[in-house]
Order: sequence, then C-alpha cells, then structure tokens
Amino acid sequence: MTQISTDDVHHLAQLSSLQLGDAEAEELRVDLEHILGYIEQLSELNTEGVEPTYQVTDLHNVWRDDSIDDYGIGREELLALAPDADKNQIKVPKVL
Amino acid sequence: MSRIADFIGVSARENVEKALAKARENEAFHALLSLTEDRALERAAKVDAGEITGRLAGVPFIAKDNFLTLGGTTTAASKFLENFSAPLQATAIEKLEAEGAICIGKANLDAFAHGGSTENSAFGPTKNAHDQERVAGGSSGGSAVAVALDMVPFALGTDTGGSIRQPASYNGVVGMKPTYGTVSRYGVVAMASSTDTIGVLSATAEDAELVMDILSGRDRKDMTTLPDFFAPTALSEPKRIGVIKEFMTDDVDPEVRVRVSEYIEGLKAKGHTVEEVSLPMVKYALAIYYIVVPAEVSSNLGRYDGVRYGKRAEATSLSEVYGLSRDQGFMPENKRRIMIGSYVLSSGFFDAYYLKAQKARTLLIDEFNKIFESFDAIVGPVAPTPAFKLGENTEDPVKMYLADIMTVPASLAGLPAISAPAGKTEAGLPVGVQFIGPRMSDATLLALARQGEV
Repeated sequence: MTQISTDDVHHLAQLSSLQLGDAEAEELRVDLEHILGYIEQLSELNTEGVEPTYQVTDLHNVWRDDSIDDYGIGREELLALAPDADKNQIKVPKVL
Repeated sequence: MSRIADFIGVSARENVEKALAKARENEAFHALLSLTEDRALERAAKVDAGEITGRLAGVPFIAKDNFLTLGGTTTAASKFLENFSAPLQATAIEKLEAEGAICIGKANLDAFAHGGSTENSAFGPTKNAHDQERVAGGSSGGSAVAVALDMVPFALGTDTGGSIRQPASYNGVVGMKPTYGTVSRYGVVAMASSTDTIGVLSATAEDAELVMDILSGRDRKDMTTLPDFFAPTALSEPKRIGVIKEFMTDDVDPEVRVRVSEYIEGLKAKGHTVEEVSLPMVKYALAIYYIVVPAEVSSNLGRYDGVRYGKRAEATSLSEVYGLSRDQGFMPENKRRIMIGSYVLSSGFFDAYYLKAQKARTLLIDEFNKIFESFDAIVGPVAPTPAFKLGENTEDPVKMYLADIMTVPASLAGLPAISAPAGKTEAGLPVGVQFIGPRMSDATLLALARQGEV
C-alpha cells in the first residue's frame, strides 16, 4: 500500500497552491493514504490494449462563428467582483 | 400526478408568500442558505399582471446554491464565495424564468458539491426531512429536503456522481439525472467536467418530466450540450428491464433490498419483462470515479485563487494570496480531492492512476452498452442503506464515498438515471429505486417512474 509522507503532503499542497497548517497537513496525510489505498484496487484490472475514455458526448469539434459575444456581462461588472481593483486593473500584492 | 399543477392559475404572489413562509417554518432543517424574497415578489407581481407567462407561470422553485442567480448570493456552500453576488444567471435559471417560474431561495449543499451528506457545507449540515438526526444525503441535500418538506414543488440540483439521486432517495422524492449534455451547465459552479450534469428534484415524476422538457437543449454558451432530444413519452409497450445482480447482494441493507424487490415485483405485475443482469465492472466504478473526478476537480478549482472574485486572504505576496485564500476558502473534503487530483495527475503516477482509470472507464461503458443491446433499462437501489446518522461517516472519507457506490457507474458512462420513491423502512426512512437507461432514454425512465407512482 502506498505510504504518504509529510513531505509528500507538502509537495502535493504546493502543486495545489494550498498553504496548509501542520495539524491539517497530518490529517490530510492520513486521509490521502486511506483514499489511495482504496483506489489502488484498480491495479488488479487488466486494461491492456483498452482505449481510454475522456468524454462521453460523442460530440466532436463543435464550431461557432468567430464573432465577439460578451454574454451580456460588461468589464465593469467583472472588475467589481475583484477583491481589489484600480483603473481597469485587478490589484495583487507584490509577486517577488 | 403533478404537484406543480396546484400552483398554476392561482395568485403567484400567494404562491411565493406561502413558499417563503414554509421555508421559514422549517428553518431547523437548514435546507436553505438564503431566500431571494425581493426578486421573487417582484417577479410574482409581473406574473400576476400578465407580463410574464409560460408553462411554469407563478410556480416557486429553489436552486441549489451552485447555480448563479440574480437577487442574492451564490456561495457553493463555501467560505470562498460567502459574499459572492453573481452578475449573471445560469442558463437553467434563465430557461425556467422564461417559462414564468420563480426562484425563492438557494439550497444548501456540500461545499463545491463535494460530498454525499451535505455535512461538508461551510455553513452547517442539512437535516433529513424524515429524521432530523440523520443526513439529508448529498450533495444536493438542501434541494431534496426542500422538496420533501413541500416548500416548493421542484428544485434544481447537480449530479456528478449521485448528488441528485442519492439525496432524493434519502428524502423520498424523485431525482432525475439526465444524459450527460442534456442541460446547459453555463453559470453553474463546475466540479468534474466529464460527469457534471444538471437535473431536477421533484415531488412527482410528471413534474420532473415537465421541468426536464424546459431545461433540455443546446446552448451556445455550453458547447458540450446535445441537440434537444428530450420529448415526454408514454410507455406504449412493455419494457425489458434488468435487475443489477451486484447491487442486490448481502452487503446491501436488507430493508433496502426488500423495498426494491417489491418495486420490481410491481414492474412485473405491469407486464414488463424482468431478468437479472450482471455488471462485474461496477465493482471498480467507485475507484475509477475517485481518480477521474479529483483529477478534474483539481483542475476546475484552480480558478479559486483569491484574485478575480471571491474571498482574498490577508497576504503580503501573490503566492500567499493563492495559498492562504485557498487554505481558508476550501473545506477539508475540497482539499482532499484537489490533492488526490494533483497526485494522480503528477508525472510518474499519471499512467498508473489517471490513464488506468480512463481505460477502466471504457470497460465499464462497454459493459453497459452490451447490456443495453438486450434491455431497455436496468434497475436497482440508489444507495446501499437509507439515510445514515449525522456524523456517522465524517471521520473516514472512504466510508462516506461508499454511499455513492451505486450512483457513480451511470455518471462515468454519461447515462441517464432516476431515483424514484420505493416506500419506507420500518423506522420510517425513505428508500429509493434507481433506473438507469441507455443514452438519451431519459423520457423512458421518467415514464417508468410515472407508472410506478400510480
């Protein structure tokens, strides 16, 4: 059965952009190990030569006209949703 | 039988006022997160003045709180979107409003629709309509309880792995999960794009049929929608129905088996041919589901970054905005799914988990296709037990996932499935029966459920 270390949890948290607390990381470590233990049963299944399924609509390349449609929402309304915006731009703290 | 019919041709204002009063009387169940009273009364006035007409003129309904609606907040039962007011409405809401229906409130759910009990709501669980010590089921638990308590004749839900059918079963109402692509998902909070569907919970199958007729059809805002194929149908001839052997084993609660068996006897009595069928791949369906869905969840929930909308955590750098906003905005189950998704998609594990699951999914679909060469529909329970106690499965995520074991197969294959009431246990807890049919057989499943109500 797959073992998940504390380092693994922090690596997964980083991949997932989650800044976890230590107690929370330990709880998640136990849960993730348990979930992976369950889903690993698939390894007993022979899938050699089977094509994977990625979607179930049978639709292919649905085209539309190359025209602009704002779907009835304006820039102002969208900017108003941002926690911090100024002069048509969304503001965030420094990147580096 | 129609409950919707009782609301047509009478005062829309009275309909709305009664629904709001019922919602308030039943606050203890915590089925709703908010009421959209002002907008509902405004729309009712327009219906009463004859300005809005249609097949649902003046009929009140409730939407799960992951549908974007005007006139209030859309929270997805999360801290992230606690104060989020959408600037637009979901296509499903627009279509119902165009027929005169009136949204009176937003229903509780597991945050971001991740869960099977509505206990993962950031605002507290919904209680079962028949026993307040038990779960509502989920993730559309609030919608199911609102209908079961007759606040409204129908409610909208979403079903990615059973989130309409399982709470419908736990609360004794009808729950329709249509063929993948039947209803536009535009304006609905995305969970797992390859299995997300929108459907209805209602008092009767006839009501679900009417609402599905209105909701179905192609939407240029959702390119995965199918051309409108849905047309209500009557059962002109007896159907060939298979009973799923793997769903009727000793692992299933005996009272659930008895109620479902009685329902099946009723099908025979109505002239349908009933035979046992075997779907050996359903044993793996839950494992496939808990690889494919977290993978898609981890990708879909990447958009919640605290930058463009939703709650932003106090932070001194951009990476902290992401990391802390996501840590504070998501519930533990959201984080589990995101991290499992990151795991199964990481290089080195991709082939062993994600690719393997997508191949196994093909095998499951092949099995369904083979069965539907000889059967019109298959039948079985919706869930292995009636509603469980609040808190009973919260310690162990896998135990909670097992409540979805009978609903995920149809989701992975994109098939229509319906949960219909099949009576109650000795203790008075509802039990549901599930029909699953080939793609686009939605109307036939509804006709079967209608026949079972008579």
